Amino acid sequence: MTVPVAIALEVNGERVDAHVLPRLNLADFLREHLQLTGTHVGCEHGVCGACTVRMNGEIVRACLVLAVQASAKCVQTIEGLSDSGEIADLQAAFRERNALQCGYCTPAMLMAAQDLLGRQPEPSREEIREHLSGNYCRCTGYQAIVDAVEATARARKARPS
Amino acid sequence: MKAPAFAYSRATSVNGALELLSAHGENARLLSGGQSLLPAMNLRLICPEIVIDIGDLAELRGIAVRDGIVSIGAMTRHVELLESAQIATSVPLLAEAIRHVAHPAIRNRGTLGGSLAHADPAAELPACMIALDATIVVRSQSAERRIAAVDFFQGIFATALSAKELIVSVELPIAQGASAYFFHEFARRHGDYALAGVAAHATMDGQVLSELRMAFFAIADRPVLAKAAAKLVNVTVTPALISEAAEAFGEELDPPEDQQASADLRRHLARVLFRRCAEELVDFGSVRVIQ
Repeated sequence: MTVPVAIALEVNGERVDAHVLPRLNLADFLREHLQLTGTHVGCEHGVCGACTVRMNGEIVRACLVLAVQASAKCVQTIEGLSDSGEIADLQAAFRERNALQCGYCTPAMLMAAQDLLGRQPEPSREEIREHLSGNYCRCTGYQAIVDAVEATARARKARPS
Repeated sequence: MKAPAFAYSRATSVNGALELLSAHGENARLLSGGQSLLPAMNLRLICPEIVIDIGDLAELRGIAVRDGIVSIGAMTRHVELLESAQIATSVPLLAEAIRHVAHPAIRNRGTLGGSLAHADPAAELPACMIALDATIVVRSQSAERRIAAVDFFQGIFATALSAKELIVSVELPIAQGASAYFFHEFARRHGDYALAGVAAHATMDGQVLSELRMAFFAIADRPVLAKAAAKLVNVTVTPALISEAAEAFGEELDPPEDQQASADLRRHLARVLFRRCAEELVDFGSVRVIQ
């Protein structure tokens, strides 16, 4: 027998209470219960990276986290990062360099790139590729994505803080 | 795909988790980081009736050192091992290997105990446990057992764990005196499962290797120690001897074949790894000394 479980978490700064079946993963919870559809679902077994979100400040695969495991946690999705302006420059760099085509991988790519820039303000191209190696893009060939992340790192460094 | 329906219970103590395991046996699965279990459930390769979440068990987390032993709680995450100064100093092989385990988002969730219990033959950490001569501490409601890593891994996704036991911690001896390590793997892309890989640890006595444990992964149904490594111990190692040992090592193997690599390719890669590993370790370039 499986019964819904009560969960309470914070999503993009707002408290969310819900009852979910144990089998529901965090990606589907965000998309279908909260209509936060920026978190994409690709492979559903942790390979493509399209569902990357932040949980308690760390990037995770939302398809490999059960919604019940996210209870009492603080989740941030691409909607949260975008609305707060945290990644406005990174988004602009992606746009300027055509670092996306169909856009399916883009929200998660931005999540992973921002995670890297938060830890390593001056990543080499190799480090960028390594950090994004768990995020598939089937359109761009990655070159423009690496360019955009590198350009954002340089611009942030040059910006007076 | 989505996981099939299951019941869920969040354990609040190790004893509570063991009680549930004891009650449900083979029908239950422990959920630690979920980075192997949840993909398998989403692909419907595993369909447990009940999932016991041990994610809140702080008593299973953490890294401690005493009496020349590093003890790592089973729920310690890959990212914690990667960022630990203690691990970098005491068992640098493990710190090096973790860099090759999947990707950052996976390493933020995946745990050491989860990886060992899953026992994927292509995984890095089981091989490290064998190279480092680890002891795996497991517990059931009735008893605690200490299992040598070489006896723990028993085949593809198969371990010495019974359905009523969980991994509590792993104990790694800190090498005293001069020692060196080597880690390398061949994978199609960084973070992918390896086609062949090696985790090795050596101790030195003067100008010779006094102990050499070379644990290979992705080339058999479980991580295996190279028997041919014995040819390089307590002797003056020459390039010819390394070649001879690498050749002999290839003969020990009966590698699996899949869409990633043929058996011959795996045997070839394993020999290349053996040679590179031996050359690096006898070069004494990477030796560190703990007094």
